[in-house]
Amino acid sequence: MTARTVKTNALGLEKTAYKGSESTLCNGCGHDSISAKIIDACWELGLDQRYIFKLSGIGCSSKTPAYFLGLSHSFNTVHGRMPSVATGATLANHSLICVGVSGDGDTGSIGFGQFKHMLRRNVPAVYIVENNGVYGLTKGQFSATADENQRQKYYGVNYFPPLDLCLEAIIADCTFVARSFSGDPQQCRELLKAALSHKGMALVDIISPCVTFNDTPESTKSYAYGKANNIELQQIEHIPPGLVIQRQEITIPDYAEGETIAVTMHDGSQILLKKTDNTHDPRDKQAAIRLLEQSKAEQKFITGLIYIAEPRPTLGELERIADTPLAELPDERLRPSREALAKVMADLG
Amino acid sequence: MCAVELTTDKRTEAGVLVNDFVIIAATVNGSGSQTANNTLVRALFKMGIPVNGKNLFPSNIYGLPTWYTIRLSKDGYVARRPDYHVLAAMNAKTQAEDIEKLASGGVCIYPEEWKLKQTRTDITYISVPVRDMVKESGASPALKDYVANMVYVGAMAELLGIDLAEIKNALTYFLKGKAKAVDLNYFLVEKAAAHVREHFADAPRNFRAERMTATQGKVMIEGNAAAALGAIFGGVSVAAWYPITPSTSMIDALMDYAKELRVEPDGKTTLAIVQAEDELAAAGMIIGAGWMGARSLTATAGPGISLMSEFSGLAYFAEVPCVIWDIQRMGPSTGLPTRTSQGDVLKTYYLSHGDTRHVVLLPADMRECFEFGWRAHDLADHLQTPIFVLSDLDLGMNLWMTDPFEYPDQPLDRGKVVSFEDLEKFGTWGRYKDVDGDGITYRSLPGQGPAYFARGTGHTEYATYSERPDDWTKNLDRLARKHDTARHLVPQPISQIADEATCAIIAYGSSDAAIIEARDMLKAAGITTSYHRLRALPLGEATHEFMGLYERIYVVENNYLGQMAQLLKMEYPAFADRIISVSHCDGLPLTARWITDSILEKEQK
Repeated sequence: MTARTVKTNALGLEKTAYKGSESTLCNGCGHDSISAKIIDACWELGLDQRYIFKLSGIGCSSKTPAYFLGLSHSFNTVHGRMPSVATGATLANHSLICVGVSGDGDTGSIGFGQFKHMLRRNVPAVYIVENNGVYGLTKGQFSATADENQRQKYYGVNYFPPLDLCLEAIIADCTFVARSFSGDPQQCRELLKAALSHKGMALVDIISPCVTFNDTPESTKSYAYGKANNIELQQIEHIPPGLVIQRQEITIPDYAEGETIAVTMHDGSQILLKKTDNTHDPRDKQAAIRLLEQSKAEQKFITGLIYIAEPRPTLGELERIADTPLAELPDERLRPSREALAKVMADLG
Repeated sequence: MCAVELTTDKRTEAGVLVNDFVIIAATVNGSGSQTANNTLVRALFKMGIPVNGKNLFPSNIYGLPTWYTIRLSKDGYVARRPDYHVLAAMNAKTQAEDIEKLASGGVCIYPEEWKLKQTRTDITYISVPVRDMVKESGASPALKDYVANMVYVGAMAELLGIDLAEIKNALTYFLKGKAKAVDLNYFLVEKAAAHVREHFADAPRNFRAERMTATQGKVMIEGNAAAALGAIFGGVSVAAWYPITPSTSMIDALMDYAKELRVEPDGKTTLAIVQAEDELAAAGMIIGAGWMGARSLTATAGPGISLMSEFSGLAYFAEVPCVIWDIQRMGPSTGLPTRTSQGDVLKTYYLSHGDTRHVVLLPADMRECFEFGWRAHDLADHLQTPIFVLSDLDLGMNLWMTDPFEYPDQPLDRGKVVSFEDLEKFGTWGRYKDVDGDGITYRSLPGQGPAYFARGTGHTEYATYSERPDDWTKNLDRLARKHDTARHLVPQPISQIADEATCAIIAYGSSDAAIIEARDMLKAAGITTSYHRLRALPLGEATHEFMGLYERIYVVENNYLGQMAQLLKMEYPAFADRIISVSHCDGLPLTARWITDSILEKEQK
């Protein structure tokens, strides 16, 4: 998207209103770029921070919710267990937007089970993995997404193939799966906006270089590698509801017939996917799986919207929970009447 | 061991025991004896006789031995008794041992087709042609095993004088009025009763069930169902759980009652119940829900408590309300999953690493399972902390008679919550700022009040990250202050002071039933005791005062280490030498006999 001249969003707020506290991560950390893009995305969508909440696990990535959306509630939980907290929190209040931030250690190792079950249950949340292939806070151990045969000075060689979190999400029936690179701010922002517009769980796996422990030339999660090898599946543009007609007038003529896929999101927004050299159709599940398998075999760094499908019912919908958020129910809808207790007692007598 | 003969065994002049004996049904697990046993219990209950049923079952789906004991007590005692007088020997594998343990003068009902060698001369053998009767009933092969158990129901009805009409009523109750099922079962009941009447007319009828009015107005329920009902009336709106014996039936009951009591006119529910992938996730879910402002609970047992350890520390330190029921079973490790104990006291009180202390409620009976069921949610919101409720298998999975439950006597207590509007009044607001001096601060809920950053890391009064020593100590000091506040807010202990008492008993939870009886037995043996029943942790001033009154305080509990005795010594070191631990743990509920003998032995030294 081209730079906009307007300085305030739909809520009349400047972007600075979406900032958090100052980052304490290393200078140049990819995670800080992601925080900036979350701010951009929420600001551009005109989201009210009071109705967003942020969750995270433990690790460098999980510190970042302090650095964006300072007016949103946040809960920095325990290592790898953010998904279960998200599950309970979204059940308790389904009217809010849940942004979960996690790392590859959180998601790929200690919390892998919870991650898979969150996907399986379709907990409504944007799940962002800030994926750097390494444990930063404990100084450079391999994570489960580290490259096979990668070498580290102290820990030697990683002999194990990496887990592909996008692939895991697709086979767990997630209906929005994207990969991005923190060095590609525009793609990052647009994918985040699209994810925020998705109903149900959306996974955005963002390769985010660790400048201290995993930014070596041989690492596939380094800035240099990402910049040189990033193959974008599409140029993606997210068009919020209400802007569709106006934007169509501007953008549609630029897209040749058959090269653009327009996907209407649950909230009425659209994402326009302009094909690059790739012919990948993200609505094709088998194609998405093949694409990921292939790019792994050929060591290709593919980014973009990998898979999108008609949203499945969310956990709360399947549970048939009341329309009023459970956390906001008045006492009289929570505690049955005196007569109801008397009837239960009579039945037991 | 001192064995003073205590006279709870009161025979009439004709040598007949009326409403004061124990029935045991020895069956094969999975053979469907539950309906038979429940029917007997309910029939006796409806005859107005105080009764208690206990299921001593194996960790197994089918095949291992299982026993169900039914105690009739005209005096109203409901604790386990170690002896039994009327045996239904339905398990060929255990019959020899079952018969050997039968009290002298007892009655043994067994299947005629076993052609049992009747080796004991001091008991009455009653054989019933179970196989033939089942065949005659026309029961389908799938039902044969189930209905076979009705034979001992019928034989007992005849031998003990249980009203057949009450048996039929009970069958109708448990089989939910399905006439065909009731008729099939009742056919066997009548058949067996007629057989005994005809073939054993002269056999002694030394154990008799006679109508009383002692159960009038009472109901029968299992502790897990009472707990679930309490939670429902406490407004629980998110429950997450992982299946584990003996807690599962609490969630089953929650699901059943939710369908009845928490469905809105549009068919949607105000109680979300999620089966988690493990206990860690269950804990995470209820903490997420509690942080969001819902009332949340999980139910588990010891192994689940261990897994919830890390999350419990987070909820304690980030100050998130939630309720964790621990239906205790035997440990260490997997232990005995289907046997009862009170072995999780120390573990839950200090659950998680670092300096963590929790609020723990200790229900002793059905009314407290219900009351603590709703009160736990008020306490969780009020104190903004996890509330543990320690029930156990004996309370949770057995049928107990009880007075009906009382409707909560206070509205939901949501604690100190600050809204967006309140913030304007407050001016500044610190999530962890102790404005009122009670250690309890004002919390805010996502979407409903000002934002803060909840975390398990070190934090300031304003919820910002801090590694400063003074912030850390200030926070822990405040949490200690909150713990002290909790001492006054939790259910207070109940003291029964006897003026002439020379020693005292402290106990808690399901041991109460045996203590009540043991105190009567001790009194009959010349030892009067005072009794202090703990109902929650942290301990409070009332316990301290009580301990000041007696030189010898017996702390009775169903675990190996004497965990509450240790805790009392730690909390009140000045009285440590007064505490005598009387603890026992073999998988069975404590008996009054064992408690009495243990205390007598020590008192008579």
